[in-house]
Amino acid sequence: MSLSFEPIALSLELALITTVLLLIFGIPLAALLAFRSFRLKSVAEAVISLPLVLPPSVLGFYLLVAFSPGNFFGRFLDYWFDIRLVFSFPGLVIGSVIYSLPFMIHPLQAGFQSLPANLKEASYTLGKNRRQTLLYVLLPNIKPAILTGIVLTFAHTMGEFGVVLMIGGNLEGKTKVASIAIYDAVESLDYHSAHIYSLILLLISFGILLFTYRLNRKIFKPASRL
Amino acid sequence: MADGNHLFSVQTSIEKGELVAVFGESGAGKTSLLRMIAGLMLPESGRIISEDDVWLDTQNKINLPVQKRNTGFVFQDLALFPNMSVLENLKYAAKGKSGTPDLSKLLRMVNLENLSHRKPATLSGGQQQRVALCRALAGKPELLLLDEPFSSLDMEMRRQLRDDLLRFHKEFHLTTLLVTHDLPDVYYLADKVIVLDRGEIVRSGTPAEVFGTGGIDNKIQIRGEILSIRERDMECIAEILCGSSIIRLPVAEEERKQLKPGMKVLVSSGVFEPVIKVLGC
Repeated sequence: MSLSFEPIALSLELALITTVLLLIFGIPLAALLAFRSFRLKSVAEAVISLPLVLPPSVLGFYLLVAFSPGNFFGRFLDYWFDIRLVFSFPGLVIGSVIYSLPFMIHPLQAGFQSLPANLKEASYTLGKNRRQTLLYVLLPNIKPAILTGIVLTFAHTMGEFGVVLMIGGNLEGKTKVASIAIYDAVESLDYHSAHIYSLILLLISFGILLFTYRLNRKIFKPASRL
Repeated sequence: MADGNHLFSVQTSIEKGELVAVFGESGAGKTSLLRMIAGLMLPESGRIISEDDVWLDTQNKINLPVQKRNTGFVFQDLALFPNMSVLENLKYAAKGKSGTPDLSKLLRMVNLENLSHRKPATLSGGQQQRVALCRALAGKPELLLLDEPFSSLDMEMRRQLRDDLLRFHKEFHLTTLLVTHDLPDVYYLADKVIVLDRGEIVRSGTPAEVFGTGGIDNKIQIRGEILSIRERDMECIAEILCGSSIIRLPVAEEERKQLKPGMKVLVSSGVFEPVIKVLGC
């Protein structure tokens, strides 16, 4: 049986897109949670943390129901935008973004909160607005937290199984990511393929973590001495 | 405020070009006052007017954001941006503003030009202090606000920084408000002093007026705090802490009733000829 590397490539692509999207949405969201107080803040925090404790199949099930063209949201997307998210790669991306949300938000929020409040205030007194303060003062000083967020999100998405299986199914080249390919191979007693996929995932995960720890030690320790 | 529940009510005016010290114990509301002027803290009600610009008028719902008040703020713990070099800290402050001073000249004035590419964390306390001062000035503020700027420095360093501050104050025609609980700061630097106690101005005027040495006379006056009052050999002795030394003075029975440990007192003596003895350089 010939081994396809497509599931590995698909997993990497999914993880990359999810990480980039979460970085873009996660930074303003984490800053909001870290610096502002508003009504229902604890509700927002609880919702963001839910994927940590919820079985992935529960999240996947609800997303499947929501995306299904038989229901309001799915029908709405289908009718107005001609988008069908069930059993599609964009559907996987949305599921992954929700599922990995806390892995990006928590490190960023903790990073922002660890900064002395008057760095922000100093920037304001120098006439700089929120956006400039975020870009030039706050973000550069939480680089280790940003890196942690990126790595955790990427690695977590690579290893995702339940959500992906529920909303993506197992379509070759579309939604069959590495973790599902392993399950599929074992189901059909193709242990050879399962071994290869598993080893590749293991090496990628280990490599990412090793890289992060070394980078953190080398670059960020001396700079974060303040 | 540090200890919570006091009312805070202050009314004062400062002339353009003055260097005013805000003096008081910790918890007196000094920092709160500075933060309200800068726009970092909102009082329940009040008005702040700078020349003809209204910065705050709670009755008419005017509250100019901190960014538009054009103040230079030196924080007690400096708040230098750790990710930027000395020069980058200054450049960030000057960015997007017109008529800003020459940054390298600013650094030269305080002997920092050779360190301009270093990160703040690699500098000494006094050097960091000067960077914070330069950064506050790099944006060409109308009003310079300093929150206990010298509190973490030793005496020698303090003296140098006072000189730097005075030089800047004059060179850039600044109006400066300095929060301190250090009496020498007030005497060396201030044209005017405002004494805050529990959120209220209790005295204001020139340092000499306020601290009771207005007009030359032959009195010696020392401010201190009573540590204890104890009986000894039919006599009553008060121990008073003045600076870092303790003086012991006999007190009469009448006086004794008024005095309690913890009180702030002024010890004065007019009966003897003052002798100034040099203790060392």
